[in-house]
Amino acid sequence: MPKQLLAQLVQKEEIIKNVYKFSIKADEIVQISKPGNFIEIRVTDQAEPFLRRPISIYNLDKQNGILEFIFQVKGKGTSLLSRKQIGDKIDIVGPLGFGTFKTDKYKKLAIIGGGIGIFPLYQLAKEAKNEEKQVNGYLGFRNKDFVMLEKEFKNVTNNLTITTDDGSYKNKGFAIDYLIKDMEKEKYDCIYACGPIPMLKAIQKYANENNIECQISLEEKMACGLGVCLGCAVKTAKSPKEKPEYFHVCKGGPVFNSKDVEI
Amino acid sequence: MNTKVNFAGIEMKNPVTVASGTFGYGREYSGFFDLGKLGAIITKGTSLKPKSGNKPPRVCETASGMLNSIGLQNPGIEYFANNDLPFLRKFDTKIIVNACGSSVDEYVDLCKILNDLDIDAVELNLSCPNVKEGCMAFGNTYEGVKKVTSAVRKVLDKPLIVKLTPNVTDIASIAKGVEAGGADAVSLINTLLGMKIDIYKRKPILANNTGGLSGPAIKPVAVRMVYQVAQAVNIPIMGLGGIISGEDAIEFLLAGATTISIGAGNFIDPYTSIKTIEGIEEYMKKCKIENITDIIGKVEMN
Repeated sequence: MPKQLLAQLVQKEEIIKNVYKFSIKADEIVQISKPGNFIEIRVTDQAEPFLRRPISIYNLDKQNGILEFIFQVKGKGTSLLSRKQIGDKIDIVGPLGFGTFKTDKYKKLAIIGGGIGIFPLYQLAKEAKNEEKQVNGYLGFRNKDFVMLEKEFKNVTNNLTITTDDGSYKNKGFAIDYLIKDMEKEKYDCIYACGPIPMLKAIQKYANENNIECQISLEEKMACGLGVCLGCAVKTAKSPKEKPEYFHVCKGGPVFNSKDVEI
Repeated sequence: MNTKVNFAGIEMKNPVTVASGTFGYGREYSGFFDLGKLGAIITKGTSLKPKSGNKPPRVCETASGMLNSIGLQNPGIEYFANNDLPFLRKFDTKIIVNACGSSVDEYVDLCKILNDLDIDAVELNLSCPNVKEGCMAFGNTYEGVKKVTSAVRKVLDKPLIVKLTPNVTDIASIAKGVEAGGADAVSLINTLLGMKIDIYKRKPILANNTGGLSGPAIKPVAVRMVYQVAQAVNIPIMGLGGIISGEDAIEFLLAGATTISIGAGNFIDPYTSIKTIEGIEEYMKKCKIENITDIIGKVEMN
């Protein structure tokens, strides 16, 4: 069951321009969180901006009860959040999402992420590596200015491939192309993906066509994050177009099996 | 200090309820607090058969509020009766089922089933702006409201509340239709029809183009309408629209509401309803009010 906490901000860092990493003291939530979970943050105690911001969990330090999340300043809410100071209390609800990354059945994992979608893959890779699974990472960025967390992901993967769309840093092209090329040599048991929709669509298509297990973390506009408002609907793959059925990102997800959803 | 109210024959421990569609069937919030603290729980809008709802995006944020176009997604009355009602009954609170349909017959058939269930009242949803048939189509004329209300009245012995849409020219006349149809109470307001445009895509953000506006942005409209309806009818009123605090709730009571509902406020803070109860008690203490019923409709107009 999720909890609400006023969590103290203990560390704050702008990791690349306009992208912030926050470390907050949230022991009660940290202890029950799993890779793939997210939290909802209320950025003000006023009525404006109104809704909480759903933000994925980047890292869980269970020993010290520290939760880390990373966000890009995009609008009013994230801008207000970025101005919080060390020592400030942040109103969070979490952990949210019953659909989390599952690794128990697999030994060789590939994680693939794009841009600001890479964050929830970190805790997943960290835990899998601790369990002595093989974890190979593929992270794609627009260009060299957007590359982030290379060192951190290197520490939690056996092999890390960084790509940029324009080739301004390391490998040129899309991360998925490098993943597919590697798959010709060594087959992964499961692919874990999070990132922009076109990238997720391409990964889903590849995995489903080749019958490879694949878990993708999705985003949709949401209000409550608890499964109450039914706002964050995502169509099930099995339901027909004329009579669509829906899962909800906050409840069934945010992580889904790639065969179950239409994105 | 006494916060008890009798609302259309329903004895409530306090005037605070949670609005349809913002509290599910209670389960998700039961981990945060004892649902027995609430005056009543109004369920998600429930229909005869399951409904899968509208295409996403279904929600978006607006200034001090939000738009939604869920489309009454719900598991149907049978599922509710077997799975959710036994759960809700574990708590010492009143259960009001929000009932929706797309024809008079459907409302009647649904209410026949509801009449035999262990629930405390029915709230007839004649005001959802997000479905093509039924609901708001009945709710925007005196005759339409009266027709559905009186048809349901014939098959329902339990207290009957009718929820009104604000998307009308004269809310008082619609409320009179509810009264003439034989309902025990009215609740208002449902959401205001709105639209938000993505200026770069040049398209509405919601897949359904329009949606219902809720949140503090609509509170002044709701308070005004509650006042107008209070002047027009003799049946009690449940007031809602943008309430997120005890002070907000008091405004509605002064305007003439006997009970209030927390709607979108549940989304921004799971404890909004509990904080509202506490806020009402603080106000009563501060203003030395013995019974909460003493302030209902006590606004003095300029």
